[in-house]
Amino acid sequence: MENMKEVILEYVIEEYCDEENDDVTFDTPLISGGIVDSFSMVSLKRFLENKYNISIPDADASPEAFDTVEKIELLVKRFLK
Amino acid sequence: MSNIDSYEKRLENFDWSIAEKELDYKDGDDINIGWYCSDRICEMGKANKPALIWEGLGGVEKEFTFNDVRLRSNTIASFLKNLGINTEDRVCLFMDKIPELYIGFVGILKLGAVAQPLFSAFGDESLHVRLDNAQTTAIITQRKHVSKVRKILDQMPYLKHIILVDYDGSKPLREREVAFNMEETELVEDFKSHPTKAESSSVLHYTSGTTGQPKGVKHVHYSLISQYLTTKWVLDLQENDIYWCTADPGWVTGTSYGIIGPWSLGITQCVLDTGFSAESWYKFIEKRKITMWYSAPTAIRSLMKAGEDVIKQYDLTSLRHLASVGEPLNAEAVIWSEKVFGKAFLDTYWQTETGSMMLTNYPGMKIKPGSMGKPFPGITATILDTKTFEPINETGKPGLIGFKPDWPAMMRTYWRNEETYQKKFENGWYLPGDRAYIDQEGYYWFIGRDDDVINTGGHLVSPFEVESALLEHEAVAESAVVAKPDDVNMEVVKAFVTLKPGFEANDDMELKIMNFIRKKLSPLAMPQEIEYRESLPKTRSGKIMRRVLHAQEWGEEIGDISTLEDD
Repeated sequence: MENMKEVILEYVIEEYCDEENDDVTFDTPLISGGIVDSFSMVSLKRFLENKYNISIPDADASPEAFDTVEKIELLVKRFLK
Repeated sequence: MSNIDSYEKRLENFDWSIAEKELDYKDGDDINIGWYCSDRICEMGKANKPALIWEGLGGVEKEFTFNDVRLRSNTIASFLKNLGINTEDRVCLFMDKIPELYIGFVGILKLGAVAQPLFSAFGDESLHVRLDNAQTTAIITQRKHVSKVRKILDQMPYLKHIILVDYDGSKPLREREVAFNMEETELVEDFKSHPTKAESSSVLHYTSGTTGQPKGVKHVHYSLISQYLTTKWVLDLQENDIYWCTADPGWVTGTSYGIIGPWSLGITQCVLDTGFSAESWYKFIEKRKITMWYSAPTAIRSLMKAGEDVIKQYDLTSLRHLASVGEPLNAEAVIWSEKVFGKAFLDTYWQTETGSMMLTNYPGMKIKPGSMGKPFPGITATILDTKTFEPINETGKPGLIGFKPDWPAMMRTYWRNEETYQKKFENGWYLPGDRAYIDQEGYYWFIGRDDDVINTGGHLVSPFEVESALLEHEAVAESAVVAKPDDVNMEVVKAFVTLKPGFEANDDMELKIMNFIRKKLSPLAMPQEIEYRESLPKTRSGKIMRRVLHAQEWGEEIGDISTLEDD
């Protein structure tokens, strides 16, 4: 299986960053850092659900749970069968 | 005691000259908002008082006194002047909530140019449409946002200067780009504010309607009069207050009450330029000892969702007054805030076009949770019959909200679109486009929009704009966009699409379309859900019947479908 953290990081950089702010790492704050806003979080959640064939309940998709790639990986793993 | 003291007493013999006198303004005098927000406060002996306390990512903190604001806005105004920016030229502010945005706004106004703040999350197409309409001469931005400007630069011959406030020299500047570092540039001690008059253009904010492109709402320097007085009486800002307006100056609340209101009163304000989280917000209130907090229902509902345990971890006793704006504040949120903060959020109703508060709740006045409150003194408001546009005298009967022109902050026109501006008036009343009713005690109660515009998280999104952008996606054949109910944002964007032959309706396609709109327009405009259809409901003449889809989403009666193509 691909390294999940790498996959998520690559997607975040590809979709939410540009050439001037692509120095995102596994522990860069995404939501509280203003890289991914609350509206865009919906598309990130959708990506994770499609990619890993999971369903993340809205109650678990909090800004805190999405704040870093590391936290997102933990969240995804909770819902992987 | 509150500034307004008694709402009822203030209604008696009210005149806007109350504010004019306090601001030492007489009819025909020069009036420059930039000067009022900086030089005048210094002349009043508050030069060393903090004007802006700012916190950004990674715990970076900056503080600017009113004298700092005066000097740095002088410096920005002088820099723009040397670039050849003239009076009435439009200068766009396209930045995160960094100090340069707030102080740059003041500098642009001092120069006599027109400040055009735009939300920094806008995608390149949303940016282009707005710059094109305004024929913007210069844009002040950051490295992280400049790529969006570069992408559309060839289509904007009128845009002469791209000013980067955080250029670090690591990559060469490109065509039309120039660096300006506000904190390193030599300060300009004396800059004579342009002698703007009451009707001189000041700010151009963009707002969305049901049809057509976004409209540039033109405000003038005289708007200060009602922005000053509403800040004083409704937000109740007093000399020792520490104020926090959570709105982004890319939207009207962030300028009317995030810059002009507090600074014209000489009040210290704080800005938190990080993303939202309940912890970071409460921590900020505790650390900065915020006393007056002006926020939005979406944020309040998000805080409610985060629960009460997190509140107990912070000392929020500094808070003495709370208010809300952007969309109707539901009764539950008012009751909740009273329970957890010991103070109710007071709802305030106004919009980009009105420039300042119109219907609001006041310190000391009985609050009816869920109500919009009562008209600000000097504002003549009513509920109009939807067909005759005559005032409805019966309490409890729904109709259209109407305001009698003019009040000081009323928009003067839609930029290069006078025809649409004129359509906002009926029978001598300005129509903000919302429906409401008045109860027996004169309180207004919001019912809903009178059009298809989507209010998501307090921001208006035009379904037409999203539908048009969807059609630019290679897979989309037809589109219809409506509001979908949402617990936190009140409404979110939902799109119905039919696909062209050869494209598969699946989850990956949905995500591709969502991201396409997010980048092209903005995250706010991105459909949170896309529903594939074989066909969309249309009239026999081929017009998509958005209201049928809207009714389905809201569980409402569909109404007359006699014109439906096939049912």
